[in-house]
Amino acid sequence: MTLSVTLQHAFAGFTLDVAFEAPPGLTVLFGRSGSGKTTVVNAVAGLLRPDRGRVTVAGRVLCDTPAGLWLPPHRRRLGYVFQEGRLFPHLTVRQNLTYGARFAPKGTGGGDLAAVVVLLGIGALLDRRPGALSGGEKSRVAIGRALLCNPDLLLMDEPLAALDEARKDEILPYLERLRDETAVPILYVSHSVAEVARLATTVVVLQAGRVARIGPASEVLADPATAPALDLREAGAVIEARLVAQEPDGLSVLETSAGRLYLPRIEAAPGTGFRVRIHANDVILSRARPEGLSALNILPGTVETVHLGDGPGALVQVRSGSDLILARLTRRSATALGLTPGTPCHAILKTVAVGRGDVGSGL
Amino acid sequence: MQGLLTAEEWQALALSLKVGLVATAVSLPFAVAVALLLARKAFPGKHLLNGLVHLPLVLPPVVTGYLLLIAFGRHGMVGGFLERTFGLVFIFRWTGAALAAGVMGFPLMVRAIRLAAEAVDPKLEQAAATLGAGRLWVFLTVTLPLMLPGIVAGAILGFARGLSEFGATITFVSNIPGQTQTLPLAIYSFLQAPGGDAAAVRLVVISIVIAMAALVASEIVGNRVARRVAGT
Repeated sequence: MTLSVTLQHAFAGFTLDVAFEAPPGLTVLFGRSGSGKTTVVNAVAGLLRPDRGRVTVAGRVLCDTPAGLWLPPHRRRLGYVFQEGRLFPHLTVRQNLTYGARFAPKGTGGGDLAAVVVLLGIGALLDRRPGALSGGEKSRVAIGRALLCNPDLLLMDEPLAALDEARKDEILPYLERLRDETAVPILYVSHSVAEVARLATTVVVLQAGRVARIGPASEVLADPATAPALDLREAGAVIEARLVAQEPDGLSVLETSAGRLYLPRIEAAPGTGFRVRIHANDVILSRARPEGLSALNILPGTVETVHLGDGPGALVQVRSGSDLILARLTRRSATALGLTPGTPCHAILKTVAVGRGDVGSGL
Repeated sequence: MQGLLTAEEWQALALSLKVGLVATAVSLPFAVAVALLLARKAFPGKHLLNGLVHLPLVLPPVVTGYLLLIAFGRHGMVGGFLERTFGLVFIFRWTGAALAAGVMGFPLMVRAIRLAAEAVDPKLEQAAATLGAGRLWVFLTVTLPLMLPGIVAGAILGFARGLSEFGATITFVSNIPGQTQTLPLAIYSFLQAPGGDAAAVRLVVISIVIAMAALVASEIVGNRVARRVAGT
């Protein structure tokens, strides 16, 4: 395992007791504010000394309280991207970026500045000072600075939380490239389901200082039992799709294991892989294959599980091909349609329900 | 220029600048250390240290001078030790004038630097640590540069206070031309002597010019450093 964490720490009125292991890729620590996400990251970074715990990254033990081992932050070789950026105001962007290089292990000399500058698109900013940067630019520089100290693990504490929607859309592609093009594993704190859907390889759901659920993003997001812990209104599965054709009327055709998906134009070459988030609220279920319907996407499948909520709602998980789709309906509809595990049905999705932010680069 | 002042007046001016600069340079590192201690650390006796540092600000200067005389005189506890160990003598020497100037300027330096130290965001120091910087590096590359505006302001304040020092100096090291007779003491002497008014006025003008120059310099340097640190 790339990252292995066991932590116990007591604050006044709050105890943290978590254990999880994360494979390579991007692991999202998901939870509401106060669930202990930042505490976990700070303990991994060495900014918080836990009462008890053991943390290993890429086989290196950073903290092992039973053995009395605790490395200070500057010897952990982790990159930490803070929520507020925390760029050094008295240094230029270039000096900020290269700050960690002199401390990187001998011979590595830090990461490749030119490559990181291109990856994050910050070439034009190098001689500026942080005070003259926009929020999105600061975020990218902060990511670059952490990356350039050649870390064994990149920690990101809600790097998008302080940004408006437009700036988030600006940064998300860079984070995807970071996940897909570098070998550095990432531990990413977030309370946004949208970010989980776009970025996560693995999700660790934290609730009141405990791990409520851990698993691959596509599984966790499509699990009706977990959805309330995330955010019911934001519930929705993520499925893999590959662009096959661009239609002249502005649609893109994607191939999924469930069938063809027509989505608003995605600017990419055919063959490109995507992960598409399908909001549970946007999915209609039908027992019979509907006729004379305006919706373009009709995916056949079978009901996997039905999760009845406390209120009028129900979450139904449908297996379509090898993908899982989540639909949010009323209990009344679920009963009327006789939806039980094994029932064949069709999941219907309007093309225009899928927004630009719902389509991310490949799983 | 030579004709502008008499040799005695030149001597007072040169001595004043030397005393002021040495006092500032020597006390600055201590002021930074004490300011950091007061700004960052909680320890028993913190109020006592704070009070001790600020005492010269509120005590009559004569009292400070007398205390210096007791402590740093040849038979004083500290003075005797310093003379035996380092051959350093304060009494009736320019070094004593510098010590008096330093002690009187110290509280002003500490106040300015402490404010700057409190304004440094510890989160930036944490960020530096996660990037691999040990404590000394964090201090040298983040804490100290961010405190620089306060340090510059404190140094100039301390220097100006040192130049204007009178009461503690005359009590501690007396009024000896060429050794301890700084500008204020020289002005005082000229005013006491018959016919010394013209010389006193010349030195008064010079004092005003130096004070103004120090204030303007502090404003310019302070602004420049503050802009640098603010990151715009």
